[in-house]
Amino acid sequence: MNQIHFMNTLLKTTGLTKSFDSPEKVVDDVSFAINRHEIFALLGPSGCGKTTTLRIIAGFEQPDSGEVVLNDRRLVGNKSFVEPEERGIGFVFQDYALFPHLPVIRNVMFGLKNVPRKQREEQALEVLCMMGLREYRDRSPFELSGGQQQRVALARAIAPTPELLLLDEPFSNLDAVLRNSTRSEVRSLLKKAGMSALLVTHDQEEALSFADRIAVMNEGRIEQIGTPEEVYYRPRTRFVAQFLGTTNLITADAIGPSALTEFGRVNLDRPAEGRVTLSIRPEHLTIEKPNRNRDNYLGEVVSKDFKGHDITYRVRIRARECMVHTDNRVNFNAGDHVNIRPLEAAVVLEEPNVHLETAKSPG
Amino acid sequence: MLTKIKDIFRIDNLPAWYFLTPAILVGVSVLVPLLYLIVRAFDADPDLSMELVFRRRNLELLYNTLLLAVSTLLVGTLLALPMAWITTRTNIPGRKALTLLGVLPLAIPGYVMAYALLGFTGANGTLAQLFGIELPRLSGFTGALTAISLYTYPYLYLNFRSALSGIDPSLEEVSRSMGYRPRAVFFRVILPQLRPAYYAGALIIFLYVLGDFGAVSLMRFETFSYAIYLQYAAAYDRVYAAWLALMLLALTSTALVVEYRLLRGLFFHRIGMGSEKKASMIPLGPWKWPAYIFVTVLVLLSIVLPLSTIIYWMIDAFDPQQLTGLRRALTGSVSASAPAALLATALAIPLAYNGVRHPSRFTRGLERIAYLGYATPPLAFALALIFFTLGSVPILYQTLTLLIVAYALHFLAEAIGPVRSSLYQASPRLEEAARSLGYGRLKAFFLATFPVMRNGLIVSAAFVFMSAMKELPITFLLAPVGYETLAVNVWSYTAEAMFAEAAPYALVILLFSTLFVGLLFAKEWAQR
Repeated sequence: MNQIHFMNTLLKTTGLTKSFDSPEKVVDDVSFAINRHEIFALLGPSGCGKTTTLRIIAGFEQPDSGEVVLNDRRLVGNKSFVEPEERGIGFVFQDYALFPHLPVIRNVMFGLKNVPRKQREEQALEVLCMMGLREYRDRSPFELSGGQQQRVALARAIAPTPELLLLDEPFSNLDAVLRNSTRSEVRSLLKKAGMSALLVTHDQEEALSFADRIAVMNEGRIEQIGTPEEVYYRPRTRFVAQFLGTTNLITADAIGPSALTEFGRVNLDRPAEGRVTLSIRPEHLTIEKPNRNRDNYLGEVVSKDFKGHDITYRVRIRARECMVHTDNRVNFNAGDHVNIRPLEAAVVLEEPNVHLETAKSPG
Repeated sequence: MLTKIKDIFRIDNLPAWYFLTPAILVGVSVLVPLLYLIVRAFDADPDLSMELVFRRRNLELLYNTLLLAVSTLLVGTLLALPMAWITTRTNIPGRKALTLLGVLPLAIPGYVMAYALLGFTGANGTLAQLFGIELPRLSGFTGALTAISLYTYPYLYLNFRSALSGIDPSLEEVSRSMGYRPRAVFFRVILPQLRPAYYAGALIIFLYVLGDFGAVSLMRFETFSYAIYLQYAAAYDRVYAAWLALMLLALTSTALVVEYRLLRGLFFHRIGMGSEKKASMIPLGPWKWPAYIFVTVLVLLSIVLPLSTIIYWMIDAFDPQQLTGLRRALTGSVSASAPAALLATALAIPLAYNGVRHPSRFTRGLERIAYLGYATPPLAFALALIFFTLGSVPILYQTLTLLIVAYALHFLAEAIGPVRSSLYQASPRLEEAARSLGYGRLKAFFLATFPVMRNGLIVSAAFVFMSAMKELPITFLLAPVGYETLAVNVWSYTAEAMFAEAAPYALVILLFSTLFVGLLFAKEWAQR
């Protein structure tokens, strides 16, 4: 870790562990760091411990062990505990938790208690304007739509200009259309304000499009941390590969830079030897008319799922079924004999045997 | 030390001290007086104690108390079950109004009902004066049974009604399709499902009969409660009174344990997701007239009779001079009940908060103790408080403060319900949001949760206020000498057969308790 990187770190968690009533750990040795001005996402299925991690950082839960440091200030760990109200961390709740007895403007003013009384309203109004909520200032939270409530919750959280903003599935209560637009709005707002944020979500698409970096969590542990491209294109584990979109998991024998699979030799993203599990995304495969002279490995189209601008084929090759995602110019029908050709190198997965039982076959 | 306590009670998140302390204080204030009851009972030398415990009279009291309780239950069931069936499952016209009439008797406290029955029958009664029909004056077992049954049957009625309307009609349809006749379906499918509701209602009635003082004393039927009063107020035998109170407490505990045993494992929820549909209404057919007559007689006896008797006596001999007395009694009732309502609500907040937000054996235990204060027969509770104050804080004895505290502790259970449900409505996220915005625990509670609970708090205070307004036995034992309340005056005048003098007080009590029932009902209907 070089000096510049260290200076840039805003939040650092080390070895966070937490279990509730059962001995099973909800959060198991979770460590990651968030940089200044960075949007970081904790991504994982429900019950993976991501929300508990978030609540530990906010101070709503105490970890059994581990440490949280914000800006070189220890928030929890080594028997010290900073109360949530002393942390300077904003929190946007999944259900927004707007105060039902206060109008919008008073909700936003709520956190401005250190601002001189006279300036509170002005400052709150400023944030509301930024959110495009100016005309709703005197409404009660009940009179707002879901999207508006969401923005008020965000306004309330960022008005005191916290150093870090925590967002707990903030878009999950919005309908699909609103979700996409709100997401990009909020992202550009955070970026404009130069704020650091930690988002918790189970929606891989949301994490990929919203965050600068993603930590993928499963059963209390972080399986991989990286940029959206890294975790999508180069998943480290079977779980990450499958959780972020669909993929083909293939067992093959690797010999150095390539491996032999049912549909021929494929290049690997890193050299390997022996039995390996490969992940190859359906869109990194294509199918073509077989050339009798060259191709020994013939597949048969099992099904074709036409979705307009792209097509998903299921192709049976020997005993295996592969999913192939092509654009709509590649046109075959069920029963056609085809040849599968990889367009990208396959990703060699690490095999921690523990997760085998939870892995599902592609599709 | 603290970690050891934590281990014993398996507490992960102990509530903050300012919520924990008042809750513990409540627990102590309920339990310690009860301990004093025991201390006082064992005050006497062992021989005397033995003699007191094995007195023949105790057996008679036990017999009378149990006889009255069981009979009340029986009569209550015979009134409540048909009434509930008719108003939920048949096509009788005016079901909504009838439902209200089935609940309204709750507004007529047992001693007012007793007053009405006494003023109605006998040579001097309304019946004799208006219609020339002379019935012997009701008294003793029959009188007590009639008064208490007519007043308490709505508890069973309410439970039956909600159970009947909650039963999945598909179950009946399935049974019919499997070849059972409607009568068999009723006995084999419906009745068994009413069991939890029946036990719950029966417990309330049972505990009420054990604790009732007004009706049995006016009817001069000696149960434990009445005997405690006689020993304490007339015979001044406090040790024997303490023993009687302990026996009554033992009876109450037995009832609670039996109820717990009976209810264990009885969960009759709807199983499965099927759409919830309404049961079809059964045409009364040839049963139309019997049903009409049943409902009419019930309404006449439980509502029209007491109301018309009170109004008759009121008009018969109204003396404007009574207004001064009425004002004095009203002031007396309000100045004890209003502070008690505020105190009970204030104490209910930490109790409910600890139970909802920091659930553990310990906080649940504290909440249970509050319910114990409610289940304890009021005379026994009042006696315990007397012994306690005389023994450790004599300065409180015979003060308004003690009366207020006693009301608050006794009716605390009524306050906890609404406070608790309003707390469930206030998401814990609200407080967390306030804390993430820079407010400490206590401030976060008052700024974020408290305003949301407001309606629940108002309902709680109203419940306690109106219950305390009509409370009789605790007031009797604990009020300062010469302190007048509405309830005490109704009782005293009735006890001396001064029905006209009692009438205005009874009417004002009816007014308040009608408000109480209205509130109860408004809440129930709002939940639908």
